[in-house]
Amino acid sequence: METITNHPKSARNVLQPRVLSLRVNGAPKILEVSPWVSLLDGLREYLDLTGTKKGCDHGQCGACTVICDGKRILSCLTLAVMKNGSEITTIEGISNGAELHPLQKAFIEHDAFQCGYCTPGQICSAIGMIEENKAHTRTEVKDSMSGNLCRCGANTNIIDAIMEVKEAKNHE
Amino acid sequence: MNNFAYEQAENIGKAVEFSSNNSASKYIAGGTNLIDLLKYNIATAEMLVDINHIPEHKAIEEKSDGSLRLGAFVTNADTAYHPQIEARYPLLSKAILAGASAQIRNMATNGGNLLQRTRCYFFYDPATPCNKREPGTGCSAIGGYNRIMAILGTSENCIAVFPSDMCVALAALEAVVNISGTEGDRSLEFADFHRLPGDTPHLDNNLKEGEIITSIDLPEKGFDKNYSYLKLRDRSSYAFALVSVATGLELENNLIKEVRIALGGLAHKPWRVKEAEDFLKDKEPSMENFASAAEMILRGAIGFEHNSFKIELAKRAIVRNCMMALNPESQQPGAQPSL
Ligand SMILES: Cc1cc2nc3c(=O)[nH]c(=O)nc-3n(C[C@H](O)[C@H](O)[C@H](O)COP(=O)(O)OP(=O)(O)OC[C@H]3O[C@@H](n4cnc5c(N)ncnc54)[C@H](O)[C@@H]3O)c2cc1C
Ligand code: SF4
Ligand code: FES
Ligand code: FES
Repeated sequence: METITNHPKSARNVLQPRVLSLRVNGAPKILEVSPWVSLLDGLREYLDLTGTKKGCDHGQCGACTVICDGKRILSCLTLAVMKNGSEITTIEGISNGAELHPLQKAFIEHDAFQCGYCTPGQICSAIGMIEENKAHTRTEVKDSMSGNLCRCGANTNIIDAIMEVKEAKNHE
Repeated sequence: MNNFAYEQAENIGKAVEFSSNNSASKYIAGGTNLIDLLKYNIATAEMLVDINHIPEHKAIEEKSDGSLRLGAFVTNADTAYHPQIEARYPLLSKAILAGASAQIRNMATNGGNLLQRTRCYFFYDPATPCNKREPGTGCSAIGGYNRIMAILGTSENCIAVFPSDMCVALAALEAVVNISGTEGDRSLEFADFHRLPGDTPHLDNNLKEGEIITSIDLPEKGFDKNYSYLKLRDRSSYAFALVSVATGLELENNLIKEVRIALGGLAHKPWRVKEAEDFLKDKEPSMENFASAAEMILRGAIGFEHNSFKIELAKRAIVRNCMMALNPESQQPGAQPSL
C-alpha cells in the first residue's frame, strides 16, 4: 500500500488535512493536503514531481500545463482537493521508459527550446491538442498553442516540432 | 490566498444550503477566475463549495420548444465544440473560442464565464483605490491610465469593462439565465443579468447572494447562416478584447429581416442598441447602412484620456463584422483568426 505523502517541510503539520487519492503517471498516489494547495504545488512540493513548472501561478503562461483525465489544464488554477480521484499525466509520465515520446524527440531535433522552462508545459499542451484533433493548419495550431508562452522566443521551432509529430500521426 | 474550508456539494439543494449557512462562502466551478483572485487576496472565502460534482446541469440538451439548454457546469470547450452549438449557434462557438486559451477553456464553465470579474488593472492592485473592490474608496481608472476601460454606460464611480467573449454572443442570441436559490428557481433575460456600474459598482450582476446559475437557454433562432464574431486586441490570440462585435443576420430577398449586434470590451455589460437594430430592418445589408447603425450604437460614447480610440475602432469593427456576417464561408469555426 502507498504511504501518505505529507509536505516534506511540514510533515504532520497539515492544517485541515484532506486525504486524496490520485493516479499520477499511472501510479496510485495518496497525499494529504490543505484545501488551499493548488494541484501544481501538490505535484511539485508533495509528490516531488518538479518537471511541471510554475511560471506565473496565475493562468497566464501555460508552464504548469498537465493532462488531467485526458484534457490539458492549468495546474496552477485548480486545487489539489478538486482533483481527488483524477488521472494525471505530467512531463515525467510521457516517455515509454527510456524511449522518449515523439514530441520530446521532435523538440530536440527542432531545437525547440533555449532555457527549457516552458518546455514541459508546451509538450503536455501539445499532447492535449493533438488528442483534441481540432487544430489542423499551422495557423490553427499556433492559435491552439497560444496559452503556452515561451519567453526565450523558441515559438517557431516549437510549432515546427509539433507540426512534424502531428503530420506523422496523420499518416499512421 | 487565505485558508478556507472546502466542501463538495452533491446536488443543487446542498450547494445552496452550504452557501446560505456561511455568508463568507463561495462556489467554485472551473476555478480559473476565482483561484486567481483568491491568490491576490482580492477575493476571500471562509469556505469553498465545489459544484463540479453535481451530476445535473452537466449536459447540453434540446428542449421541446426547439431551444437548447446549456448546463452551467459544462465546460466552455465542450460547449464550443458541441455538434448542436457548431451547427445551430456557430456565433457562440466562435465567441467562446476567441476567449482565453485551450487549457483555460477546458476548465472554465458556462456559469463561471458569466460571473468572471473585470480585468481593470486597479481592481487587481490592492494598493490603489477602487470602488468595485472597496466601495467608497474612489476610482483609480478615472484620471489614471485607462486604455482598456469602458466608453459606454460608465458612471463617475466606475468605468470598468466586463471582459467575457462568450457573453457578447449570448447577448446577441437573447439567452435566458436559469437560477436556483433559497427562495426557489427564477430566470433572467440575458440583458437583465449584468448591471451597469451606476452607484453600485461593486455589483457586477443581478444574482443574489447564495444563488446558483443552473443553466442557460438559447432560443431557437441561432443565426446559423449569417453570423460573425470579431475580436480586436493587442495580440492575435490569448488576450482580452479591446473591442469585440457579435453579429447575427437574417436575410430575405437580400434585405435584412432581423439583425442582432452586440458589443464587448466597451461597457460594464455586453452592449446592444435596439434603435440601431430596428433601423436596419428591411434595409439592404450595405456598408452605408451598417455605418449609420454604428453611429447610432456609439451615440453617447464618452472617451477617457487613453481610450477614446475605442469609439472609432468600435464603429469600424461593427461595419466590418456585419459585412463579414454576409459571407458565412469565412466564419466557419476554426477558420483563420481574422485580424
Ligand atoms: C489568462 C486568462 C485569460 C483569459 N482570457 C479570456 C478571454 O479572452 N475572454 C474571456 O471571455 N474570458 C477569458 N478568461 C476568463 C475565463 O473565461 C473565466 O475565468 C472563466 O470563464 C470562469 O469560469 P470558471 O468556471 O473557471 O469560474 P470560477 O473561477 O470557478 O468562478 C468564477 C465566479 O463565479 C462563481 N460561480 C461559478 N459558477 C457558478 C454558478 N454555476 N453559479 C453561481 N456562481 C458560480 C464563483 O463563485 C466565482 O465567484 C481568461 C482567464 C485567464 C486566467
Ligand atoms: S474602473 Fe471600476 S474596477 Fe477599475 S478602478 Fe475604477 S472602480 Fe475599480
Ligand atoms: S504557472 Fe500556471 S499558467 Fe503560469
Ligand atoms: S525555452 Fe525558455 S521559455 Fe521557452
